[in-house]
Amino acid sequence: MMSAQVRRPNGALLLCLLLTVLLGAVLLSFGTGPLKLPAVDVLRAMAAQFGLADPQSISARDMGVVWQLRIPRALLGALVGASLAMAGVALQGLFGNPLADPGIVGVSQGAALGAVAAIVLGAGAFAVWLIPLAAFAGGAGATTLIYLLARPGRGEGTATLLLVGIAIGAGCSAAVGFLTYIASESELQSLVFWQMGSLAQASWSDVAAVTPVFVIGLLALLRLATPLDMLALGERQARHIGLDVARTRLLLVAFSALLVGAAVAFAGSVSFVGLVVPHLVRMLVGPGHRWLLPLSGVVGALLIVVADTATRTLDPPSEIPLGLFSAALGAPFFLWLVLRKRGGRA
Amino acid sequence: MSTPLLELRGVSVQRGSRQVLAGVDLALLAGTLTALVGPNGAGKSTLLALLAGDAEPDAGKATLHGRALADWPVRELALQRAVMAQDHAVHFAFSVREVVAMGRLPHPPQPRQDAEIIEAALLEVDVAALAGRDVQTLSGGEAARTSLARALAQQTPVLLLDEPTAALDLRHQERTLRSARELAAQGRCVVVVLHDLNLASAYADRIVMLYEGRIAADGSPREVLTREIIGKVYGQPVQVIEHPTRGVPLVVACDD
Repeated sequence: MMSAQVRRPNGALLLCLLLTVLLGAVLLSFGTGPLKLPAVDVLRAMAAQFGLADPQSISARDMGVVWQLRIPRALLGALVGASLAMAGVALQGLFGNPLADPGIVGVSQGAALGAVAAIVLGAGAFAVWLIPLAAFAGGAGATTLIYLLARPGRGEGTATLLLVGIAIGAGCSAAVGFLTYIASESELQSLVFWQMGSLAQASWSDVAAVTPVFVIGLLALLRLATPLDMLALGERQARHIGLDVARTRLLLVAFSALLVGAAVAFAGSVSFVGLVVPHLVRMLVGPGHRWLLPLSGVVGALLIVVADTATRTLDPPSEIPLGLFSAALGAPFFLWLVLRKRGGRA
Repeated sequence: MSTPLLELRGVSVQRGSRQVLAGVDLALLAGTLTALVGPNGAGKSTLLALLAGDAEPDAGKATLHGRALADWPVRELALQRAVMAQDHAVHFAFSVREVVAMGRLPHPPQPRQDAEIIEAALLEVDVAALAGRDVQTLSGGEAARTSLARALAQQTPVLLLDEPTAALDLRHQERTLRSARELAAQGRCVVVVLHDLNLASAYADRIVMLYEGRIAADGSPREVLTREIIGKVYGQPVQVIEHPTRGVPLVVACDD
C-alpha cells in the first residue's frame, strides 16, 4: 500500500532562499511602475540618498519617485503582507481550522471598523496614531467575540466558524457603512481607501509606525510556535502535555489582532493573504509552526510586493486597488479549499 | 499501606439537573492497574476527567500527591500524569512521529534521550512502521495508538487512558493492556476506562465498577466480576465462568 509519507525540507535553507527572492522582488519593484526606471538609476538614487553618489547624477523627479514613493511603498507592502500571513497562521492555529483568515472570519472588518470609527468620530484628526490603535482594538474585539462564539470543541467546526465570521464581518461592515453615511466629504475620501485596500499612499512615516508593531508581533508569535503545535492536538490534549491554554489563547488573540490592526490601519483590508499563504507554506514545510510562521511571513511579504507592483503596472497610469487584486486571486483558492475539504475528511 | 498517589474524596459532579457523580471516594496507588468499568453514562469519563485535572468537582476534593489538582501548575501536572483522551483528531498534517514527540514537550529537552524515548513509544504501540505518515490519513485504530504512544512518551508516574481499546483490533487490544500492565508493574499508577469486562478481568489488578455516579463494586476481578453484580449493574444476565487458560473470571452474556 502506498502510504502518505511526510517529507520535511530544510526550513533554514528555504528561509534563506525565500528571503533572497523577496529581496529581489523588492529591489525590482523600485524601478517598476508607470514610470519605468533602469536599475542603474534606482541604485544611483539610493546611493545619492546616502551621499555615496553625486545628487546631480539623477533628476529630482526620479529621486522623488524612488525615495519618496516606491521604497516606502515596497517596505510597507512587505510588512503588511508578512503581518497578515503570520496572523493567518496564528488564527488558524487558535481555531484549529485551516480556513481561518483575518478577512474571512471578520477580524479585518473589526479592525477596519476601529479605524473608520477613529476617523469619523474625530479621533484621527486629534492624533494620527490613534487610528492604528483603534484598528487594533477593533481587531482584538472581533477576534475575542468570534472565539467566544465559535471556539474549537464547543461550536461545531468549520461551519460554525465561517458562519460566525460572516455574521461578525457583516455587522462590522454595516457599522462602517453607517459611519460612511454620516461622514463628511473629506473623511469619505480616506474611508474609501479602507474598503478597497491600497498601498498607494504609503509613506515613510507609515513604515516607521508599522515597523515596531510588526517586530513585536513577529517576536511574540515566534515564541508561540511550540504552543501552536500543541494546540493542533485539541485544547484538552494540549493541556495534558503542559500548555496553559487560556493564556496561550489570550496571547494569540492579542498578537494576531495587533498584526492585523497594523496592516489594516495602513493598507486597508487586503483579504485572503492570511489564508492562501499559510496553506502554500504548509504544503512546503509541513505544519510545524517553528518554520511555518517565519516562512509564511516571507511569502506573505513576497505576495503583496509582487501583487502591488502588478497593480500599478497592468493598466498604467491608473492603479487597480490592491484589495480587489488580492480578492480576485484569493476567492477561487478559498473555494477550492472548501470543496476539497468537503470531499475529504472534515 | 502506602499513601495514595491520586485521591478522590466525596466528589460530586452536577451537569444541569443530572448528578453525574455522587459522593465518590477513591484512592489510587502506584504500581496498580485499575480498570474503571460500568454501563454507558455511569460517570467513567467524568471520573477520569477529574483525575486528569481537566474538570473540578462541584463538591469534594481531587488530589494528586495530596495537593488539589486545580492547584497544580499545568506544566508540572504534565510531568506527573499523561492522558489518552477519546478524541484523537489532530488539526494539521503532522506526522505520527511529530505527534508522539509532543509528549516530550513538558520535559526539558534532551535531544538524544528524547529521540530514544520517542522510538520506544512508537515500537511499544506498534506504529513504528507508520512513523512518517500524515496523522490525518490514519485509520481510527492507528490514530488511537498514536495518541497512546504520545501519552507513553510523556513518561509520567500516572497514566490515565480513556477507552484506549475502543477502536482497536483484538491483537492490539491485548497488546495495549499488556503495555499498561507492564507500566504498572514498573511502579506507575495506571487507570484505564474499559467497556470489555474480560480485558479488565485479564489485566487489571483492581476493578472499580461505576453505576449511576456511584461506586457499585471495587476490588479484584474475582470479587467484582460476579453474576449478581454484573446482572444488577448492567441489567444484562451473564454467566461467569473460568477462563480456559488465564485463570481469571470470564464473563459471558446470556439470554434471559
